[in-house]
Amino acid sequence: MAGYAAAAVALFAAPMFLSDFRLNLLAKFLAFAIVALGLDLIWGYTGILSLGHGIFFGIGAYAMAMYLKLEASGGRLPDFMGWSGLKELPLFWQPFSSFGFAVAMGIVMPALLALFLGFFTFRNRIRGVYFTILTQALVIITTTLLVGQQAFTGGTNGVTGFSKILGASLASPDTKRMLYFVTVLVLIAVFVACRYIVGSRFGKVLRAIRDGENRVRFIGYNPAMYQMVIFTLSAAFAGIAGMLFVLHVGIISPSMMGIVPSIEMVLWVAIGGRGTLIGAAMGAVLLNWAKSEFSTSYPEGWTYFLGAMFVIVVVFLPNGLTGLLGKIKLGKKRRVTKNEPTIEYPAM
Amino acid sequence: MRNRKLLQVGIVVLLVSLVISACGGNKETASTTPSETAGGSNGAAAADGIKVGILHSLSGTMAISEVSVRDAELMAIEEINAAGGVLGTQIVPVVEDGASDWPTFAEKARKLISEDKVATVFGGWTSSSRKAMKPVFEELNGLLWYPVQYEGLEASPNIFYTGATTNQQIVPAVDWLLENRGKKMYLLGSDYVFPRTANLIIKEQLKAKGGELVGEEYTPLGHTDYSTIISKIKEAEPDIVFNTLNGDSNVAFFKQLKDAGISAQDLTTLSVSVAEEEIRGIGVDVLEGHLAAWNYYQTTDTPANAAFVANYKKKYGEDRVTADPIEAGYTAVYLWKAAVEKAGSTDVAKVKEAAKELEWDAPEGKVRIDGETQHIYKTVRIGEVQADGQFKELWNSGEAVKPDPYLKSYEWAASIQPSE
Repeated sequence: MAGYAAAAVALFAAPMFLSDFRLNLLAKFLAFAIVALGLDLIWGYTGILSLGHGIFFGIGAYAMAMYLKLEASGGRLPDFMGWSGLKELPLFWQPFSSFGFAVAMGIVMPALLALFLGFFTFRNRIRGVYFTILTQALVIITTTLLVGQQAFTGGTNGVTGFSKILGASLASPDTKRMLYFVTVLVLIAVFVACRYIVGSRFGKVLRAIRDGENRVRFIGYNPAMYQMVIFTLSAAFAGIAGMLFVLHVGIISPSMMGIVPSIEMVLWVAIGGRGTLIGAAMGAVLLNWAKSEFSTSYPEGWTYFLGAMFVIVVVFLPNGLTGLLGKIKLGKKRRVTKNEPTIEYPAM
Repeated sequence: MRNRKLLQVGIVVLLVSLVISACGGNKETASTTPSETAGGSNGAAAADGIKVGILHSLSGTMAISEVSVRDAELMAIEEINAAGGVLGTQIVPVVEDGASDWPTFAEKARKLISEDKVATVFGGWTSSSRKAMKPVFEELNGLLWYPVQYEGLEASPNIFYTGATTNQQIVPAVDWLLENRGKKMYLLGSDYVFPRTANLIIKEQLKAKGGELVGEEYTPLGHTDYSTIISKIKEAEPDIVFNTLNGDSNVAFFKQLKDAGISAQDLTTLSVSVAEEEIRGIGVDVLEGHLAAWNYYQTTDTPANAAFVANYKKKYGEDRVTADPIEAGYTAVYLWKAAVEKAGSTDVAKVKEAAKELEWDAPEGKVRIDGETQHIYKTVRIGEVQADGQFKELWNSGEAVKPDPYLKSYEWAASIQPSE
């Protein structure tokens, strides 16, 4: 508990020590940590591997971006619509001029899409690799749609060029600090919510589904209900993260929600340590931080370093970095149990 | 068991050392920052040199194109340093990888300006990367030199565009084609912003100039099966295919066109994203006789170009070729240097002021910065691919064309211009 409190204090104190640029980076990483928490709920705790969380992240991000774009255009047509040959604002864009509506959509739309997908898959007992492939297909469909509908979505460029949020300039350091604190608060709220879920009876059923879905069904539970609920929640978290991401980075494009980012999100969880919430969150922050540092220090060869890191962790640390920490701790206490239960996760 | 533990300790040591070395690299830049701020009003000028950012994709799908531009920019910096630097100070390039990922471009641009305090940044290739960086440069009042031909309709006060805008490449090329190769045009492009916007302009132009649009197709980036499209082209019987495909797709399209028995004699194609580099990749046998529109070819006959090509080959190898964006990147560095020397400072506002109407003898010929749009005057050239993989110039605009990114001087383009 003390550890968590210390981490929270450190996050709140960070603006005093970090430059504007570093704070902005950290804020982005914390947004990623929110996605990782959601992914951990479904993968680490329920055993559903989604390689499509980029979409939910992206939908949230686009919802916020649409609001910001309209705010920046100040009543005129957003620039990309102009050069794509559109003469007036499409109908579905109009309500996004309201901040509240955009935020609501950023959470509700990913959740609804996840519910829809979950409804047709989990109830029909589509799981494991088949489910994973479906999520990948969904990624391709969504990105192709976004790229093709340039007039409505900005195409490959995505949506960028924002200036204000609720009247406050996005460029001002005060706004940035404010947004950072919002991100920290949301992250803590999501973390606490996840802790609660994992510790509850509901969470126990989730783990039971992971370890033996059929057994759970025999006992009289309906796993599909549980899977749908947790998958929907996970998507909503990703949507929230997407909205925060746009606020910090100032751009969203289909490339940020495609196959590669979707897989990367799973890697954060894998490397941090699936099945432990703090591991997933730390994994997202550490990995992205490493990516940023390596690419600055070794612009030519950083991808090799990252690749090597993935390989090392996957091969030698199947439970991620938290697993390693746990082992070191166990070693110190000299309490080595031989018959630790092994958990089987769906293959990556 | 013991072995396993040893291994794990080894891994931890390896990871930690990697992280530390990354931090070490970082500290170096951190420690130079205070000395620069102490350097005073000269912006990035400091005892240890003037820092400039180089921000291209060194990994990912765009690396194949962008690495050459980075090479040319580094070569220009090296040449300038050998000749005494700028304002008597050496230029220190800070290279970052945009990784073919647009948010990364935004992040790295922010880092270069606010952490490294670079005087200017040379970078970008795709429109998407430029659009991602633009708000960052405008917010932090940085300076970006963008070296690639693009779709126009933009003029940021914080960007200098050394590649062609539409009226220096696409518009004159369409005019030339309508006059010399026929009226029926088929538009083929990759599905992203540049081809779609370019074709929007071409369609307006065709309407105004009596051309006829017989087809329009977009394929996803990286698409490689063109048999359906080639059948559609055969059916539509165009005089010209105007090709805005990008990257690998060109290889597939031209190979399959040849396999379908259609040669450059049967059908004119004009490409705007196929330069010397791409010819090397696609193969001369497939491309011979096809056309392209650019502002510079390796064969362009100017004294500056002879030296440029010789130096580039000497530095990077005889088998390397120069091409339009490579030349534009090289030119950008020299234009920035000239502006800094004229301004006597690297301060962004002063450099921008000094850059107005600045002239330089670039490899492509004399270029001039247009003060109003911050684009440069460029000569338009239409070339035909020869058996040696080089272009033969069929036509040029004679003089450098004034940049007009919003096509304000073209009546038929009224509907494309943004409504202010």
